[in-house]
Amino acid sequence: MVRLENLVVGGGPKGAMRLGPLSLAFAATGITAIMGANGAGKTTFLKVLHGLIAPLAGRVIWEGVAPGEQAFVFQQPILLKRSARENLELPLRLRGQAPGAELARLAADLELTALLDAPAHALSGGEAQRLALARALSTSPRVLFLDEPTANLDTLSAQAIEHVFAARAAAGTRLFIATHATAQARRLATEVIWIEKGTLIGPIPAPAFFASPPEAARLYLEAQS
Amino acid sequence: MKAVLVWWLLAMPAGAETLRLALSTSVENSGLAGVLIASYEAATGDEVRAIIAGSGRGLALGAAGDVDAVISHAPELESAAVASGSFSHRAAFMFNDFVLIGPEDDPAGISGAASAAEAFARLRAAQARFLSRGDESGTHEAEKRLWLASGAVPRSASGRWYLETGTGMGATLNTAVALGGYTISDRATWASFANKRGHRIVFEGDPALFNQYAFLPVSGEKHPFVASAAAARFEAWLLGDGQSVIEAFEIAGVRLFTPNARD
Amino acid sequence: MEMSLPLADLLDITLRSLAVSVSAVALAAALAIPFAAWLAISRFRGRGAFIAVLNALMGLPPVVVGLGLYLLLSRSGPFGVLDLLFTTWAMVLAQFIIVFPLIASLAHQSLSDLWQSYRDLLVSVGARKGQRALIVIRDARHALLTAILAGFGRAVGEVGAILIVGGNIDHLTRVLTTAITLEVSKGNLAFAVALGAILLAISLFVSVALHVLSKTEETRPW
Repeated sequence: MVRLENLVVGGGPKGAMRLGPLSLAFAATGITAIMGANGAGKTTFLKVLHGLIAPLAGRVIWEGVAPGEQAFVFQQPILLKRSARENLELPLRLRGQAPGAELARLAADLELTALLDAPAHALSGGEAQRLALARALSTSPRVLFLDEPTANLDTLSAQAIEHVFAARAAAGTRLFIATHATAQARRLATEVIWIEKGTLIGPIPAPAFFASPPEAARLYLEAQS
Repeated sequence: MKAVLVWWLLAMPAGAETLRLALSTSVENSGLAGVLIASYEAATGDEVRAIIAGSGRGLALGAAGDVDAVISHAPELESAAVASGSFSHRAAFMFNDFVLIGPEDDPAGISGAASAAEAFARLRAAQARFLSRGDESGTHEAEKRLWLASGAVPRSASGRWYLETGTGMGATLNTAVALGGYTISDRATWASFANKRGHRIVFEGDPALFNQYAFLPVSGEKHPFVASAAAARFEAWLLGDGQSVIEAFEIAGVRLFTPNARD
Repeated sequence: MEMSLPLADLLDITLRSLAVSVSAVALAAALAIPFAAWLAISRFRGRGAFIAVLNALMGLPPVVVGLGLYLLLSRSGPFGVLDLLFTTWAMVLAQFIIVFPLIASLAHQSLSDLWQSYRDLLVSVGARKGQRALIVIRDARHALLTAILAGFGRAVGEVGAILIVGGNIDHLTRVLTTAITLEVSKGNLAFAVALGAILLAISLFVSVALHVLSKTEETRPW
């Protein structure tokens, strides 16, 4: 589905973080967990894949997926200074499509219906992230990028959201999730990428990764559990 | 609302030609300008747009073609302007005189001077604070002539006791009154000036203080776009019926300008 | 000699002041805000220098604008044929030139801040450039209105430029500020104060409106 050709990714304060050159490919189905320490470059990697940030070198080549078929959920939800409803409807309206019953169902599934008329900034962290997720799903994307989507959420909200991820993946949506939470990765991922100090290891099928993690990851995973 | 805005911006009269006339601050400040223009507009159908500027600036506006005619009172500047081809001719039409204004107590003692030249010599000797128009206006030209009778124009004392305001007659009078200094003004502006406080006329009457006003139409050859016909109509009126309007103009029973057009 | 202006003249002068300044500000805002939005969402070489120049133009002395415009509009100048000198249009133009950089710069600061927050989202959902501009303009509308009012305050109190290009012609180009100058020069200080009171009332109204708007901006972030 997507290939990286000699991709070099850079970022972080003073451009200290650097990853690559990377040449690898991702299949058309599955859930990829991107893991690694803070500042390793997980967010930047996701954004380069999605096309929000330009790579320092190399290319990202998508096969059979148009830019409009991807969606991104940010670590901190980016909400317009408007009502929750207007935020939810944004992607559809930008494409000239009227929101319909499907969007209403999506909102209901994520328990947003009662909140839709409130100003977006009045929502709690969990509510805002659910709103951002609903917004991302509103265009039925084929690829979904999720940057630590449940990092700031309570357990109940996190669980609800994970159910949605699993359901979508089952229906054929390709997911890339950057996450700190090893347990979450164990629950959801079909494959894992490990990023650390300028190197990227993987993708490794999840069972293999967690059974015998690469040297670099082992300490981290042990600390978590 | 938009209609009101458009109206205020355009304010164009129907038909008739408009005359852009630069006239000196002394004619405006005395109030004569308003009377003259109102009478002229009533008598003809023309509209006069008066831009108030010292003689120097007025003549410059005429030379650039930004006005159609000029009323000024600086004979040397006017002759030069006509000679340069910017104006077709110069028509003298009224006069009054300049007066010296000073504080109530006249510290430089110029009221006893025998002539205007001597009055200025006394000002120089006493280094009395003097406010000059400093703006190449007719009044400024007259002032410079009077300084020259007893030496050079005191530019070297500029900023000390010789203060050049570079503003119109009224503004200069305000400054003179506020600073307790002397200045030279045309009689009409002083008469109508509303902020005299303790100042008064301390010297007058010398023929050297004669102040001639002239009308100069901008040359239609040099600037084809000027309203030459309107200027000619105004000149004809000014030298004709306008003369009696000038004669009748008084403040507190005193006639301030004397018509003297030569036919 | 007139001791005081009749009410009709007073109304004439006040309405003209408002008409000239409102027109200049409306024109400036109509151009400056889309321009500022474009600048906020665009990235190009030399953008930083461009913004620095725009901010510097805020400090353009109004009287210098008047002088420059006079030279351009004079019959001896390049645009003399337009016959704009000594008309209210020249005054509107002068105030437009003075106020445009102010509104553009203030608008840009607000729009740029908002773009910082919105950029990743709007790029991700595929908003086209025009859509991006409209979204930030709409969401920053309180700050933009503040910028416009600031521009109006600057315009209505200006005197140097409009005196030079307008000529302070009675019933044609005379406004509050130039009328005050004239009345002071005639020594009619009492009347000048009355005119000043009207101008002050207008300025105060604008200041209060600005204050109220910034308060509502604080309490209602959208």
